[in-house]
Amino acid sequence: MSARIDAKSDPITLAMRVMRWISTSDALDRIGARKTAERLLYRGTRAGFRGIAAGRRQFAPLLKLAKPSRLPRNASSDLFDLNFTEEQEMLRDAVRRLVNERVAPQAHAADEACAAPAELLQEIHALGLNLIASAEATGGMAQERPIVTNMLMAEELARGDMGVALAALAPIAVINALNEWGSAAQQSCYLPPLLEDQPCMASIAVAEPYPGEAQLRTVARRTAQGYRISGEKSLVIGGASAEFLLVAARVEGEQQPALFIVEAGTAGLSSKPEPAMGVRAAATARLRLDDVQVPASARLGEEADVFDFSQFMALSRMAWNALACGTAEAVRDYVIPYVKERSAFGEPVAHRQGVAFMVADIGIELDGMRLANWRAAALAEQGKDARRAAYLAHILASEKGMQIGTDGVQLLGGHGFVKEHPVERWYRNLRAVSLAGTGIIV
Amino acid sequence: MLNLEIPKKYNTIVGQAESAAQEIFRPISRKYDLAEHAYPKELDMFVAALDGLNDGDASSGASAGALGREDRAGDGVRNGNNMKSILSMEPLCWADVGLLLTLPNNGLGNAAIAAVADAEQLKRFGKKWAAMAITEPGAGSDSAAIRTTATVDGDHYLLNGEKIFITSGERADVIVVWASLDPAQGRAAIKSFVVEWGTPGMELVRLEKKLGIRASDTAQVRFDNCRVPRENLLGSPEIQTDKGFAGVMQTFDNTRPPVATMALGVARAALERTRELLHRPADQDASRGLFARDALEAELDRMEADYEAARLLTLRAAWMADNGRPNNMEASMCKAKAGRVGNAITLRCVELCGALGYGEGELLEKWARDSKILDIFEGTQQIQLLVVARRMLELSSRELR
Repeated sequence: MSARIDAKSDPITLAMRVMRWISTSDALDRIGARKTAERLLYRGTRAGFRGIAAGRRQFAPLLKLAKPSRLPRNASSDLFDLNFTEEQEMLRDAVRRLVNERVAPQAHAADEACAAPAELLQEIHALGLNLIASAEATGGMAQERPIVTNMLMAEELARGDMGVALAALAPIAVINALNEWGSAAQQSCYLPPLLEDQPCMASIAVAEPYPGEAQLRTVARRTAQGYRISGEKSLVIGGASAEFLLVAARVEGEQQPALFIVEAGTAGLSSKPEPAMGVRAAATARLRLDDVQVPASARLGEEADVFDFSQFMALSRMAWNALACGTAEAVRDYVIPYVKERSAFGEPVAHRQGVAFMVADIGIELDGMRLANWRAAALAEQGKDARRAAYLAHILASEKGMQIGTDGVQLLGGHGFVKEHPVERWYRNLRAVSLAGTGIIV
Repeated sequence: MLNLEIPKKYNTIVGQAESAAQEIFRPISRKYDLAEHAYPKELDMFVAALDGLNDGDASSGASAGALGREDRAGDGVRNGNNMKSILSMEPLCWADVGLLLTLPNNGLGNAAIAAVADAEQLKRFGKKWAAMAITEPGAGSDSAAIRTTATVDGDHYLLNGEKIFITSGERADVIVVWASLDPAQGRAAIKSFVVEWGTPGMELVRLEKKLGIRASDTAQVRFDNCRVPRENLLGSPEIQTDKGFAGVMQTFDNTRPPVATMALGVARAALERTRELLHRPADQDASRGLFARDALEAELDRMEADYEAARLLTLRAAWMADNGRPNNMEASMCKAKAGRVGNAITLRCVELCGALGYGEGELLEKWARDSKILDIFEGTQQIQLLVVARRMLELSSRELR
């Protein structure tokens, strides 16, 4: 593997950048937060960044896990509480600064280019989102499954751009899936490249281009060596550049879909760009699997009963709901100053109830959908059944989120329709929330 | 640490409320919907039992008496009286919101007294059933337009004017009346006065016949040189032009989450009954999306999602009050969302259940009638949106009217 280091991504520069986001955080001075920050910075400066491998990566068991590393669920609390932990506040603060200063200004260009700038993704990953997601035994620093933290990071990143957020979170989602359901051997092979200072690109492919169908068409047939998979996957985040994928397929004779690890370059796997209405910075791609042969050990969890599809759906909905909340928050924060400045008939349009009530509804529905998703994430983090809570939150995120998106454009009138303002991008992105169940999980 | 579940410590009190809801309220629900203006005497026993339970713990029970922003010092999150209050009243609203509204000793006036009364006033009025009289024939949401006057006459105030829409106005022991010391000075001159029934010059004009909440009487009362002792004025007798009215309005921050809770209770009743009648239980696995379900189930799930948003907004507003955080905007948000969602859900449930839903054989049609008022009183939908919009846009009531 050849390592390529350029001036912009040299470790010290990047570490300094991370320090800038984190060390100015107000929350840092409170007890408990500093330790995490220092550990992050330590990891940030410890090793040089490796660039993308020139050739195809060889996935070897770099860890020697005897049994799967399963992060414990958080101890449950009995108090109704809308406060986050100091660590969560600190991280949210750091991501917020990065998003305001780096992601938001580049969002429009990334959308146009149908790709998130590599350097921007490096800056996001320099915050250590991958390390926060995985246990120390695997090379990370998590003490428990940080579902609420993951959700918060998704909210914050989406305030900048949903497409960039998806591109950044796709490999984190694969880490989460490996930690939830991966076997010891799968974790040993596939977690190390994801827990490098810059995680390798990996992505979860579930969605298919067949609307209205209850079952996946992609099917995995058992063979003497393992499985033979055929089918088509739609809107795979970074599908063309992913070094490996988790592909959902129906297994003959089984009720629930399974996920299969498919490495890039496997015979029969091909991709082509599939740009969409929005989330264009996520570089979505169509994947084709023509009799792709994978070993039996490629099935996530290896045993048939490890992977839980309904749990996967819940965690994916929470991630997409969080993206909807972050995007809707961006809409809210953009229209408020606009309607106060924009004047018609001699006074700001905000002085009219017809306008002001739309703003009030944006605030009410955003808070409602956000609380519903917080509830699901908190339940899941405590190891309780969060499936219905995530489903209800997803109904809100897709329907109210889209309403907020369309009201955002409406409030700017014709100016909302042109690309000088970001509301048309948020409008396009918010429609993607109905895709939950593919791409990312918290 | 983030957690949006109901604390286990409330299991007992919620369980008691659920028993009362099932055993006392629900069986007489239709009876007092049909017999409008008849006093639900079954409630006296319930309140006696409630008072017994609450003795030694002044803050418990369904009473709105202990609501308000806590003075918080030190660290640590708190789940206190505001949350406890809405949790324990929700099952009663599920059973019959009209009966809840006419629960003796639990009037809106009790909330006002608890919020602003001094120690001596608490002693005199704390145990009395107190109704609240704000609205006038010419002043609804615009409470600053109140025309009822209070003029000083020796040791008394003379009240003159007419009040409408007084919940339990006839049944209560006292009425907290909003009146102006000087209409020329606008909102700052509006004060509240505790007026005891039997005071000369106080006259019941009539009881309204209504669309819903018919178990709860709504009175019109006239004050004609009604002599009220000066010590019955709640709060400061001074006209403070800068903040007098704001103090009066603050009562609403405390009472809006409970009224939102009324809407939540009625909505849950309708949703649960509709799921039963249509044989569409909530799918706990939930792997399938909304559009992989039949139209009835999808509609029920959509309504449940809206209900859930309203419920969590309401819990948030109560939680903020318990933790000493200003919640003016959040209290209006929950009232706006719960009010409209409660009305929409109950109406849709009647529609989904067809002829069965529309007939008096079920309570669905009653809930659809009851829910309408919950989007009107304690601030209409439009007033809540005004409050929320002014906060979000940082506009004054002069700029955004």
